[in-house]
Amino acid sequence: MTDFLLELRSEEIPARMQAGARADLEKLFRKALDAAGLKAGEVTVWSTPRRLALIARDLPRATEAVSEETKGPKTSAPEQALEGFLRKTGLTKDQLTERDGVWFAVTEKPGRATKDVLAEAIPAIIRAFPWPKSQRWGAASLSTESLRWVRPLSGIVAILGEDLVECEIGGVKSGYATRGHRFHCPGEITIGSAHDYAEKLRACHVIVDHVEREALVRDKAKAAAEVVGLVLVEDEGLVIENAGLTEWPVPLLGRFDEAFLDVPPEVIQLTARVNQKYFICRDAGGKLANAFVCTANIEAKDGGAAIVDGNRKVLAARLSDARFFWEQDKKKPLSVHAEKLGRITFHEKLGTVADKVERVAKLARWLVEEGIVKPEISNIRHSREGGNSASATPDWTPAFAGVTKEELADQAELAARLCKADLVTEMVGEFPELQGLMGGYYARAEGLPDAVADAIRDHYKPVGQGDDVPTAPVTVAVALADKLDTLGAFFSIDEKPTGSKDPFALRRAAIAVLALLQANGIRISVVRVVAVLVFAGMVFPQRSANATSMAQFLDKWRDTVLSLRPSGIIEFFDDFRKKSVEGNRSNEVLIGMFESFIRACQELPTFLADRLKVQQREAGVRHDLIDAVFALGGEDDLVRLLARVHALQAFVGTEDGTNLLAGYKRAANILKKEGFTANPNAGSEGEGIVPPTGEEDPLAMVDDPALKGVAAQFSHPEQNYVREPAEQALVDALAVAAPQAQDAVAAEDFAGAMAALATLRGPIDAFFESVIVNDADANKRASRLALLDQFRAAVHKVADFSRIEG
Amino acid sequence: MKELPLWQGEQVDLAALIGQSPGIMAEPTQKPLSLQDMILRLHAFWSEQGCLILQPYDMRMGAGTFHTATTLRALGPEPWNAAFVQPCRRPTDGRYGENPNRLQHYYQYQVILKPSPENLQELYLQSLVEIGIDPLVHDIRFVEDDWESPTLGAWGLGWEVWCDGMEVTQFTYFQQMGGFDCKPVAGELTYGLERLAMYIQGVDNVYDLAFNNHGVTYGDVFLENEKQMSKWNFEVADTDSLFEGFRRAEAECVRSLEAGVPIAAYEQAIEASHLFNLLQARGVISVQERASYMGRVRDLARGSCEKFMEKNADQWAAKYPEWSK
Repeated sequence: MTDFLLELRSEEIPARMQAGARADLEKLFRKALDAAGLKAGEVTVWSTPRRLALIARDLPRATEAVSEETKGPKTSAPEQALEGFLRKTGLTKDQLTERDGVWFAVTEKPGRATKDVLAEAIPAIIRAFPWPKSQRWGAASLSTESLRWVRPLSGIVAILGEDLVECEIGGVKSGYATRGHRFHCPGEITIGSAHDYAEKLRACHVIVDHVEREALVRDKAKAAAEVVGLVLVEDEGLVIENAGLTEWPVPLLGRFDEAFLDVPPEVIQLTARVNQKYFICRDAGGKLANAFVCTANIEAKDGGAAIVDGNRKVLAARLSDARFFWEQDKKKPLSVHAEKLGRITFHEKLGTVADKVERVAKLARWLVEEGIVKPEISNIRHSREGGNSASATPDWTPAFAGVTKEELADQAELAARLCKADLVTEMVGEFPELQGLMGGYYARAEGLPDAVADAIRDHYKPVGQGDDVPTAPVTVAVALADKLDTLGAFFSIDEKPTGSKDPFALRRAAIAVLALLQANGIRISVVRVVAVLVFAGMVFPQRSANATSMAQFLDKWRDTVLSLRPSGIIEFFDDFRKKSVEGNRSNEVLIGMFESFIRACQELPTFLADRLKVQQREAGVRHDLIDAVFALGGEDDLVRLLARVHALQAFVGTEDGTNLLAGYKRAANILKKEGFTANPNAGSEGEGIVPPTGEEDPLAMVDDPALKGVAAQFSHPEQNYVREPAEQALVDALAVAAPQAQDAVAAEDFAGAMAALATLRGPIDAFFESVIVNDADANKRASRLALLDQFRAAVHKVADFSRIEG
Repeated sequence: MKELPLWQGEQVDLAALIGQSPGIMAEPTQKPLSLQDMILRLHAFWSEQGCLILQPYDMRMGAGTFHTATTLRALGPEPWNAAFVQPCRRPTDGRYGENPNRLQHYYQYQVILKPSPENLQELYLQSLVEIGIDPLVHDIRFVEDDWESPTLGAWGLGWEVWCDGMEVTQFTYFQQMGGFDCKPVAGELTYGLERLAMYIQGVDNVYDLAFNNHGVTYGDVFLENEKQMSKWNFEVADTDSLFEGFRRAEAECVRSLEAGVPIAAYEQAIEASHLFNLLQARGVISVQERASYMGRVRDLARGSCEKFMEKNADQWAAKYPEWSK
């Protein structure tokens, strides 16, 4: 047993790639040993900017000898088969062994020296190494087939025990020699074995163990701050990055001009962190201090004075840029900055960011005016959490008491109009990650109300799972409007996510919308939202040659359409689409426009419902129950969908639920067997369709799914026989339960709807017990099938039970 | 072309260099280098390493990489080692002489070594010692920074070199140029001369830099130029003639390509690129148009590289059979 050391030395490996490289090196090494039949015990992998190192403990000196047995043809097989087998194995017939009438070839493989295995494995590992980016270099790169590595590979140390493992790749030969610290010990050093490797490097100012360097950075940076009475803002990402940039880390504290502290702390932190990889510090009171900690790679002759001074200057130059931006930006109010948004394309088919802002502003106002986002929306939350506004008021006082709907609408519209203005400020141009945050600062600096400034700051939220979901009404209105607009607009131009492609992050926007709706208990019809966006100018400003007349036209219809139910809205657009196709008014632009409205109305609710489905599945709700509710279709209120799913989940857990489900399945099977066509609309919600012309259309009434059941009863064959008691009981029970369930659904009392269905359980069980559906009398048969169909229809008022498993 | 000596395999003993504290470091009382002395030191150093010392390309360009000694010479198999100062024009960076760190005209020191020598990092560090930076006093670091120029259809891997947290050099191993694989790979060093000089001289304002050792500052030489050129770039330049110039350069490039003179065509690509930068500074190119203009410049540059390759391919293949594989 002996230990093996491998060091792959190169020019500076990017810090961000080192962790992955360590994992890959271990994986490839273990795979190579496995393939050779060598057992790998403990394997340690280290990295510095200039080397990857691996130590494998207790490797055997050689692989074990193995005898391999290959199965050949049967002894009874034709001669050719045996000849073929002998050729393949290179043996003669007398070298084969026979067992149970089958020839076997046994080959003895002697053990191989581990050193030989490694000598082959090392070049193969290097060649197969999966760097995220790699390059060629030097004279050998005359051919594109030359070796690739993350940066030029300069040396290989490979020692098994105390023996050199000889190998060569890309002109680099293995040896005992490596190099120490680039500046402290630039000469060659000779390594004896895995045992003295780390200590020899340490003597040459290289701490090869990255974990040790990380601890050094962490502890010494903290200590450097403590010495001057400050608290380091801990940042594990920076710890790892600085350890990945140094072989001999020396954290040093420096100061910057206090005057820079006028700049928002986030800006200072970002400047220091992203551009310079410095830690920042706070004073005892938690305020940002005018100090930074940089991590040098040398033990400087002057104790680091020159390094600190140089870094201070660089930071000062960057901070004065930032301060310049901050002051420049503040010279103009956000409303003036916002004027420039007309120059930024949002999407070539969707106009500019200014167009988007216009839509978001109108939608945000509408959300408030419609009472969808309410002034008192988050009273409870706010007073409980003791947020900003609650600090001065007693717990029981609603945080937003006193704000009228009209005031809230004004604030939401104002915040929406300004929420993207910071995109054209100098600061956000320099630090895009500060979008929103800077808008909030600038809004406060110009004296806008806190609610507006907060909304501008937070309107991108929630960004990803685990992010705070806004609850302040103005913020909720703007955040929702912004995301819904993005969704509606991209759906209208048919830019939907497909597979893994989601270039406009629409899935994320959808998840954020769901989170906002759920956290704030907001009810919303997606179709109506799309309609608001349409009237706010979605699609037509850029594409239509006569945008003004289009706007006037749409303006005329706005109030009418927005008073319609979702299905009526779609009908309205479709009606105009048809009119655009017909006759001498046929107009490609108009057709395309109405088609895109309809597309958004139809596809966006489904998309959001799908996201909700995924979200609920992840939350552990049975997928079949989700399907059962979602299969009904025609529902664009996500909160209502969710309430239904939850009620159904509770119901199927009860004995009544289980039995009703069994009865339902039996009825459905009989109907299916008898080829009894299902009533296609039996389960749908029954949104009344208001004709877009405003005229009453009697035919539309018949099509109304809500009346389908009633109509069906009348259309069934006349019942001209005496019903059996159980049959009559079911008829009676249905007469009560069906409207009850329907009313309960309409009142969104889903538990009540379930309770109504539960009353059908006894009668349906009894019906199947004693009544023969498939009676010889065609009349009886038809009547009973119709009864079962009614039963099924009643159940479908609540959910599509055919989707439920079990 | 005469082949230049290469130093592959020849190790420079940096330890000895640092130990001896060569050059100005030996004399702590000596004044830091002036800007022109710094350039002279770099010239002397790279000349000694076998580089041609070239003069700037006589056209307005955004970066030293545009110099034919870099772009075109990075193509093909022949060894090429050159160093030169290249004035760079970045119209949008103009600040009317009011910002101590930003200029619309500044100098880059370019070194191009093909194939990249094994000890390129050591040579580079040695050059820093030559101009007065002691790596045991100052913290020199190689921080990942890959380079890409969509305009030139070029990319490479490398670092920005930090000196006490300040980026002083871009260090790149070219992998592709004009859309072609670099065979062999060239190493490119781009020193920011003003920045380095400010650092060495301990000066906070670029205009305070000592240009020579006889009292002439950078401001004496360039402040008025910065004021006037900023005004011209942002306010005065006639946009109609800039647009017209762009179209002409584009047409002339295409004509030159057809005539089989890719070097001349490439000059027109440089010209078009700079005119585009000026139009940007004048704020007359919309966001939507921007991408299309960049695409047009890219096509010119790529077309020139392609033709340059085509013209030389046979001769190179005959001399370097490995290369054409």
